[in-house]
Amino acid sequence: MAAGIVAGRRGRASCAPRRRDAAAPTGLPDKVGAHVSATTQAFSDHRAAWLARLGDATLVLGHRMSEWLSRAPTLEEDIAMANLSLDLIGQTRAFYARACELEGGERNETTLAYRRAEPDYRNPLLVEQPNGNFADTTARHLIFSAHAAPLYERLAGSNDPETAGIAARSSREIAYHLRHSGEWMIRLGDGTVESHDKAQTALDELWPYVPELFEADDLDRRVAASGFGVDPSTLRDGFDAAIDDILARATLKKPALHFGQCGGKSGVHSEHLGHILAQLQFLQRAYPEARW
Amino acid sequence: MTEAVSPLWEVFIRPRNGLAHRHVGSLHAVDAGMALQAARDVYTRRGETLSIWVVPSLAIIASDPGEQDMMFEPTASKIYRHPTFYEVPDEVGNM
Repeated sequence: MAAGIVAGRRGRASCAPRRRDAAAPTGLPDKVGAHVSATTQAFSDHRAAWLARLGDATLVLGHRMSEWLSRAPTLEEDIAMANLSLDLIGQTRAFYARACELEGGERNETTLAYRRAEPDYRNPLLVEQPNGNFADTTARHLIFSAHAAPLYERLAGSNDPETAGIAARSSREIAYHLRHSGEWMIRLGDGTVESHDKAQTALDELWPYVPELFEADDLDRRVAASGFGVDPSTLRDGFDAAIDDILARATLKKPALHFGQCGGKSGVHSEHLGHILAQLQFLQRAYPEARW
Repeated sequence: MTEAVSPLWEVFIRPRNGLAHRHVGSLHAVDAGMALQAARDVYTRRGETLSIWVVPSLAIIASDPGEQDMMFEPTASKIYRHPTFYEVPDEVGNM
């Protein structure tokens, strides 16, 4: 449980330090699937590739949250974390299912979740970072939901009615995730000296993973231009407003950004994703087509 | 861990079907806001909830179990207080 989130800093890819308003080079490959390996299965439809990326983020974070089951600090929180995890897995299914429909191929949500190789997953590095202590998990969830809340809100205006519907439903769920993690962050930050220190450390450790959430690549720009999706670089103001409000009430300092970690969105992950997938995919790999 | 210091709260849920708030259980939480949040997470997972009340358990004044005989026993023999002589039409619903 105490495994350091610090280890996540050694992710292989890195962004240049970046100011919010500066158009700095991102270090991201320009093409979807640019990180090619023998097992990589690219999407035949760019909208499907973009939706699956949202699904990858919620799948990995949902799995991380499920690791807390039976281990949360209190019974109440154990149930709450199970709810959060199930929300995220539900969103994953919806994003994957729509991606598969758009692709029109033979893949389904199960294939996407369990039968792809590590470089095929395009989640941001943030969500694969270890749970650490409760403050680490709370900070990770706060950052993710403060980013996903405005994203889903905007995506509810997608020109694809199915996607808009999924986003509208997910938006209501993620609003609660933001409330839940925000209220905890306020109490940890404004709690005891120990809880304050742990909360501040958690924020500091995870902050390098923030820029990737708002980096736009060609795929982001393409779906945004067509009215199907959202350009994440336009979401930063909403994120900052929510975070600033919560951190002020939590008496926590917004970390200064000295460097940013990215690569997940193009399939270059930190060392943690492989371990997650090994656990997540074991059953389907050992017993293909297993049903229960 | 935190059980020792976080107070106990009683949870009341108002279901969709128009009934009044009903006591559903209790939970531990550090303050009223977190109690409301925990009540949502623990007691409304299967939907059908319109409203939640949380009340500090300390705020509830309970009757003394040792006084049951004095408090409640005398009514047991007074069956004429039960309105069982009336027939309630189905349309009235819950009373």
